[in-house]
Amino acid sequence: MTTETPTTPKAPGRPARIAALLGGGAPVYALLAALLVALAVTDPGFYEPDRLLAFIRRAAPLVLLAAGQYLVIVCGQFDLSVGAIVTAGVVVAAELYSEFPGAHWLVVCAVLLGAGALVGLVNGLITTGLGVPSFITTLGMMLILEGGVFFWTGGSPQGYLPDDFRAIGRDDVFGGLPWAVLVCAVVGAGAVALMRSGFGRTLIATGDSERAAALSGVRVHRVRTVAFVLSGAAAALAAVLVGGFSGVSAQAGSGLEFEAITAVVLGGVLLGGGRGSVVAAMAGAFSLTALFTLLNLQGVSGALESTVQGAIVIAAVGLGAADWSRLRRRSPSRGGPPS
Amino acid sequence: MTAGSPAASSTGRLAARLAWRLSDPAVGVWLAALGVTLLGWIVVNARGGDFLTQPNVTIILQNCVALGLIALGQTMVILTGSLDLSVAYLVSLGTLVAAETMDGREGNIAWAVLVVLLLAGAVGLANGLIVTGLRVNAFIATLGTALILRGWIEDTYTGPAGSVPGTFRRLGYDRIGPLPVSVFLLAAVAVALWLICRRTRLGHHMYATGGDEHAARLSGVRTHRTVILAHVLCSLCVGAAALFLAARFGTGSPWAGTEARYDLESIAAVVLGGTLLAGGRGGVVGTLGGVVVLAVLDSVFNQLSVDPFFKNVLRGVVIIAAVAVWTRRRRRGAPRRTA
Amino acid sequence: MRRTSVVKRTSSVKPTIAVKSTSPAKRTGSVLGAVLLAASLLVSCSSDAPPDGSPSAPAGSGAPDDDAGREAEFFAQEEYDQQLSLMGRSPEGPEGRPWEQMLIPEMIPTEEYALPEAEAADIHLCFSNAGVFNPWRQVGMTTMEEEVAQHEEITEFTVIDAEGQDDKQISDIQELAGQDCDALIVSPNTTATLTPAVEEACGRVPVIVFDRGVNTDCPVTFIHPIGGYAYGAAAADFLVDEVDPGGKILALRISPGVDVLENRWSAAELAFEESELEVVDVEFTDGDPATAKSVVTDAIQRHGGIDGVWMDSGATSVAAIEAFEDAGEEVPPITGEDQQDFLQAWSERDLTALAPTYPTFQWRTPVIAALRVLAGEEVPEEWRLPQPTITEDDLESYVRADMPPLHYAMCGCEDMPGYPQAWGG
Repeated sequence: MTTETPTTPKAPGRPARIAALLGGGAPVYALLAALLVALAVTDPGFYEPDRLLAFIRRAAPLVLLAAGQYLVIVCGQFDLSVGAIVTAGVVVAAELYSEFPGAHWLVVCAVLLGAGALVGLVNGLITTGLGVPSFITTLGMMLILEGGVFFWTGGSPQGYLPDDFRAIGRDDVFGGLPWAVLVCAVVGAGAVALMRSGFGRTLIATGDSERAAALSGVRVHRVRTVAFVLSGAAAALAAVLVGGFSGVSAQAGSGLEFEAITAVVLGGVLLGGGRGSVVAAMAGAFSLTALFTLLNLQGVSGALESTVQGAIVIAAVGLGAADWSRLRRRSPSRGGPPS
Repeated sequence: MTAGSPAASSTGRLAARLAWRLSDPAVGVWLAALGVTLLGWIVVNARGGDFLTQPNVTIILQNCVALGLIALGQTMVILTGSLDLSVAYLVSLGTLVAAETMDGREGNIAWAVLVVLLLAGAVGLANGLIVTGLRVNAFIATLGTALILRGWIEDTYTGPAGSVPGTFRRLGYDRIGPLPVSVFLLAAVAVALWLICRRTRLGHHMYATGGDEHAARLSGVRTHRTVILAHVLCSLCVGAAALFLAARFGTGSPWAGTEARYDLESIAAVVLGGTLLAGGRGGVVGTLGGVVVLAVLDSVFNQLSVDPFFKNVLRGVVIIAAVAVWTRRRRRGAPRRTA
Repeated sequence: MRRTSVVKRTSSVKPTIAVKSTSPAKRTGSVLGAVLLAASLLVSCSSDAPPDGSPSAPAGSGAPDDDAGREAEFFAQEEYDQQLSLMGRSPEGPEGRPWEQMLIPEMIPTEEYALPEAEAADIHLCFSNAGVFNPWRQVGMTTMEEEVAQHEEITEFTVIDAEGQDDKQISDIQELAGQDCDALIVSPNTTATLTPAVEEACGRVPVIVFDRGVNTDCPVTFIHPIGGYAYGAAAADFLVDEVDPGGKILALRISPGVDVLENRWSAAELAFEESELEVVDVEFTDGDPATAKSVVTDAIQRHGGIDGVWMDSGATSVAAIEAFEDAGEEVPPITGEDQQDFLQAWSERDLTALAPTYPTFQWRTPVIAALRVLAGEEVPEEWRLPQPTITEDDLESYVRADMPPLHYAMCGCEDMPGYPQAWGG
């Protein structure tokens, strides 16, 4: 998707873009608020501190994935490989512990983060260097990772995850504050700081108009590659949280790539890049988790859950799009995948 | 080659023309299919096997049909700059509705065919309307539809259901010489879509919309209607695939589409065939070539008993590599359009 | 010649279908319809069709077990009663080798398949596998490979993996039936959809079906453990015994629509209905531990505690246990499966638990059966294997700390030369 399409709807001017950064996610905040109210009505105990923290802990992996995915999407790309990175991360961690039972958890985490970043680097280089659309690059990477990791381990994870490794996903730092919430907060703050920095602005500019960015001296390829690297690392960190939360599994990350993209889009971020805020993307992840929790608590028939989920996602994104066109007084009917 | 003698210049022109031809992915992918077949033949024969036997050729062709039909449909939406991720669940639902409507009675066949195509058309219409009317990005819109269909299937069916009468099952099993009857279905659909792409106004509008929606709209193309029709065409193809699979299974199967991952596989086949994911370039011929490459590869993997996990790795590499090659050629200046 | 007739039929059918089609979309629809109709009208040009007969008839005698075929929601009372009675019965066969044992066998002769002396030491065995898409199937596949390695007379073992796709497995079976296999083992991905392909193969090579069945009795033998009803009922009965009346039961299922799992649940549902327990939630986890943990946590909150957990398979049982621990609650009576991680958690935490199994040792049996058939020895028409349940009493004999977490303990593989390395131990 690096091919230029010069006539993509022109981005709004600078003031409008700042407004978009702040207000672009408005619908998602409304959605999140509505879901949280619904949760409160369904389950009055939901707002007790420990339960609220437990909710954030549950949302944490998706929030990390959404933050990483946001970076990739806002510069005009896709990362479909994050679910596979999560699965591979959990399986590889188990494999590492079965080979080196005494390994320190920090070392294992570092190895995973490094590997995730490396996968992101490969994604980025293939996408920018060879000009393969990121949808295809990361789809291929998904197949390669899923196949490769199970080819290596003979079909299923071969080791256990020890308690000290699992602490990040499962235990509390102190009092009632889970590690995962802390990680989530740190990453969230980091992402916001990143987007406010010069890099963040060039990232959005790249997604907005690759050509304009390149003309004004942005090294487009490098910026995009960095976005992929960060997304890969975020996915690896999510793998640490998921593996910690629920232990060894052969399908820890299945479907997470679609959930992450859905979360980002719910946050009002435009597929195709150039618009949307990282806070709104993370709010999208919280909304999605709140929706799952609500459906659980409501006791919606398990089988119908996906129907409700699908309808709500379409409706929410549709409403978001409608708001946009009214605010911006133009019709950004960009139906297709971004180019 | 400078123009020295007339002979040299004509060879030069010939070479240029040949290069021009070869840089057309639709030609390239068929050459690749030929190459893979040859390679398979060599490898399998070297191991004392026999690759191009009648049963094997029949099986390879047979394996092209379901993915081929779906990928052809997917080509229509991708050309238009859209995308359809709901095909996998639609194909499952299609087999179930077909088999239940037929209910083992020959008199119901025509009715069942009609019902399945109507259902498919309706889903396509819904997809198209959500994408254009609600301005929801196709990725999210069809993901949402997929979830809705999933809920419907899971809530309604607890396993395979319905029964296909013997006459209709012939569509899945009969052959004329080495050619399975179902290949004629695939060919008929392919010819019909080729004609639509190349000979009708709708086809030209599809290319125009996919190439540059804004410009197309300015030059009077009713882009919304074009996108909607492309989605309907896509879903009708999926309906045809569902009918074929029902004929093959003798019953409806709720996991027919998802376990084969037709959503991502069909997109992979389309881009393997040289169609630009962003839309506007590519076509039916290339997609068929992509499907053949995948089917032949599968057959070679079978013959060599490649580990199923390793197969995924190879598939991922092939998809990325192919698209990298097409991109490279396209950058050197390729024909504007193929079909 | 035939092709001309196709064209003619197409053109004659088309006008009746293309009623008022003007748009290209409709036109394609009508073309599709016409082509399909024409294809369906083709009666005379067959050459690969499976033998006529009615594989679509649900009353195949060879497939009584987990699959109830096309009407999976239909509860088969007779089958249910039989499975429950079989659980209490002691099998025939060698002690300590459950994969060679059989319940109420009706032996059939197989002389017609016996190989001539010269070929008996050079057997080509073929296997069409549904896939290795979950740890149960991976453990099983390894077990089968090791079983094959034990028999020197099997000189070639061809496996084609369908990767969970019915359409591919149909082709795989056709492909294998066309090769020079001496016997064909099939583990069907879906009962109903593979019936025609298996019927076609039966005419060419002795076929042995295991795990799921097919709706035809053409295979020489169909190998399977007692079945899903017995599994579900064993787990439910345990909870009925262990949980006080009025207790709140949470049922965790993998996903809807899988026939095998539907049967487990329908038997459990029946047992719970007859008891004084209350099933407060039935939830699907997609086999994902993270989802399972969330679901259990929510259920504990919503119902102010859960008194028993019923599971239709073991993939997420440890996550369920941890959900109780993390919520600061005592783990109630829980059922799982014979996966190592669950058995170890059970043993370490001294839980009240039960592990019904769908034993992976059944992957050994088809190889043994194939060799018997090719030697002309009699085999049961339906080879019902025992289906042991792991209880507190024999738990310790199945716990093996050196095996991977997702290893299935009931693999019957401990006596094999490759154990434990081949299974990842």
